[in-house]
Amino acid sequence: MLIVEDLYVKYYTRRGTVSAVSGVSFTMQKGEMLAVVGESGSGKSTLALTIMRLLPRNAVVERGRILLDGIDVLKLSEDEMRRIRGSKVSMVLQDPFTTLDPLRRVIDQFIEFLMEHGLDRRSAEKLALEALESVGIPKTLAYSYPHQLSGGQKQRVAIAMAIALKPSLVIADEPTTALDVVVQKQIMDLIDTIKRGGTSVMLITHDIALAIERADRIMVMYGGEVMEIADKGTIMSRPLHPYTQGLLASIPRLGSDKIPESIPGYPPDLRNPPKGCVFHPRCPYADERCRSIKPQLIEVEKGHWVKCHRVVKA
Amino acid sequence: MNINPYTGIGLAIILAFVLMALLADIIAPYSPTEASGNVLEPPSIHHIMGTDNLGRDVFSRIVFGSRTILMVVFLAVAISGALGTILGLLTGYVGGAIDRVISFIMDSIYAFPSLILAIALSVALGPNPLNAAIAIALTYVPTYFRMIRGQVLSIKSEGFVEMAKALGLPTTRIIFRHIFPHLIPTLAVVFSMNSADAVLTEAALSFLGLTVQPPTPDWGFDLYKGRGFILAGAWWMLAFPGGMITLLAIGFALLSEGISQSHAVKSFE
Ligand SMILES: Nc1ncnc2c1ncn2[C@@H]1O[C@H](COP(=O)(O)OP(=O)(O)OP(=O)(O)O)[C@@H](O)[C@H]1O
Ligand SMILES: [Mg+2]
Repeated sequence: MLIVEDLYVKYYTRRGTVSAVSGVSFTMQKGEMLAVVGESGSGKSTLALTIMRLLPRNAVVERGRILLDGIDVLKLSEDEMRRIRGSKVSMVLQDPFTTLDPLRRVIDQFIEFLMEHGLDRRSAEKLALEALESVGIPKTLAYSYPHQLSGGQKQRVAIAMAIALKPSLVIADEPTTALDVVVQKQIMDLIDTIKRGGTSVMLITHDIALAIERADRIMVMYGGEVMEIADKGTIMSRPLHPYTQGLLASIPRLGSDKIPESIPGYPPDLRNPPKGCVFHPRCPYADERCRSIKPQLIEVEKGHWVKCHRVVKA
Repeated sequence: MNINPYTGIGLAIILAFVLMALLADIIAPYSPTEASGNVLEPPSIHHIMGTDNLGRDVFSRIVFGSRTILMVVFLAVAISGALGTILGLLTGYVGGAIDRVISFIMDSIYAFPSLILAIALSVALGPNPLNAAIAIALTYVPTYFRMIRGQVLSIKSEGFVEMAKALGLPTTRIIFRHIFPHLIPTLAVVFSMNSADAVLTEAALSFLGLTVQPPTPDWGFDLYKGRGFILAGAWWMLAFPGGMITLLAIGFALLSEGISQSHAVKSFE
C-alpha cells in the first residue's frame, strides 16, 4: 500500500525554480492499478522519480511524506533505499530500446540484478528464467544479446525484471509509448497480469483512453497538482473537474460524428505558475475567485476527490 | 575477422620492440656498456650499426636501450590512463562541486604545453626513469580525464543506466560494470595515441639527460651524444637511435589509427 501526503518537489535551474509537483496527496491499495494522467509537463515522471528516490541532483523534495507498506521512503538512507529499489518498488521505463545494456546478455543482466538483492547465482538464474518465461521470453532469447530482441520483447524483459522480486509497487512510466499499436496491446495485457500477484501498478500515461481501458482508478494531474481522483467508472460518468471533462472530450470516438475537441491554451509555465487555480487560464468557467484563490482538493463523495471551486461537497 | 592493416603493422612494430627488450640478452651480440671494437667504426658485419665514440656496439645499445624507453612509456601511459580514467568516471558520474574542482585542475594542467611541463616535473623530481615516467604520466592525465568524463556524461543518461539505478544496483557497480565497458574502444585509441606521444617525450627527456645516467643505454641520450660526432662523419650514432625512436612512435600511431578506423567502421554497420 502506498500513501503520498502533501508532496512538493522543485527543480532548481539557472532560469528559475520549477514547481514540478505541488501538494500531491493520494493513496494506492494493494493489487490495484492507478493511472496517473496528464499532459506533458504535468509532473507525472517527477512524481514517479520521487517515489523511487531517483530525482536528478537539481531536484529538491520540499515537503511531504511517502509511505510504502509503512516505510517512510523519504527518510531512508541512500543504501537502504537502494535495497528497496527493484525489490519493493520497481519501475518500467518508457523506451525499451535503450534499457538493456547492449554489451551484455539478457540473462547476465538479470542475474546481476538478482544477486545484488541477495540471491546466489544458481537461484538467481533459475528465478530469472522463470520470470522471463512468465512474460513470454523463451530460454534461447534469455541467453542472447539485447540487439537480437524486438522492442516488445525488450519491454517484456524489463517487466520481468520489475516483477521478479514481487514488489509491492510497480511504476510504469509511459511503458507502451515507444511501441507500435499491436505490441502496445500485448504489453498492456502483460501489465494487467502484474496486479494478480497483489502488486499495485501505477500506470503513467498522457492517454486518458488507455487509462480508462486499463486502470481501476484514475488520478488526473495538471501543472504539478492533482485535479481529480476517482475510480474509473466515476471519472467516465461523472467527471467534475473541467480539465478532466476536457480530457474526456478530446478522446476520438469511433462511429461518432462529433469531432474530438482539444483543450485550448497551453500548460502553465511552472517557473511562474498562475495565481489561484493553476488551471484557470484555460478553464471555460474561470471567475474572479479562480484567479485569486487556490482551491483545495476535497472529497466530494467517497473516493472522489476534486480540486475546483465550482464543486461543493455533497 | 579482418585485422585492419594499420593495426596489424602498428602491432607488429610494437611487438618487435617488445621482443627486442625482453630478449635483449640473447639478441645483443655485445655488451651495451663495454667497448667491443674500435671507436667510431662504421657499420660492418661485426658491428651492423657501427660503434660509438667509446667503441661500444651501437646495435647492442639500441637493443638494451629499448628496455628503458618501453618501460618509461608503458609505465607513464598506465599511470596516466588509470588515474585519468578513474577520476573521469567518478567525477563525470557524480557531478556537482567535486566535478567542477577536478575539471578545473585538469584544464589547468591541460593548458600547459605538455613537453615543457614534463621537463619541469622531471627536473623537480630528479632524473631517473621512474620519475620521468611519473612526469610524463601527470601531463597525460587530463587527456584521459576529459575523454572519459565526456563519454560518461553522455552514457549516464542512457536508458540502461537509468534501469540499473531503478533496479537498485550500487553506484560503483553501475560505473565500473555498466559504463566503463562502453569506453574501452575509445580508451584503446587514446592509449596508443598517447604512447606515440610518450615515446617522443621520453626521448626528449633523455636527450636532456633527465632519465638514465651513463653508461646505461638509452635511445634519446645516445641520440644526444651522437649529435656531437656527426661532423666526424659518424652518422650511425645519430641515425640509428633517431630511427628507432621514430619507428616506435610510428608503430603506436598506426595502432591508434587502426583501432579508431575499425571502431568507426563498426559503428556505421
Ligand atoms: N531535471 C529537470 N530540471 C528542471 N526541470 C525539470 C527537470 N525535469 C523535469 N522538469 C520540469 O518539471 C516539470 C514536470 O516534468 P515531468 O517530467 O515530471 O512531467 P511529465 O508529466 O512526466 O511530462 P511528460 O508527459 O512529458 O513525460 C516540467 O515543467 C519539466 O520541464
Ligand atoms: Mg514523463
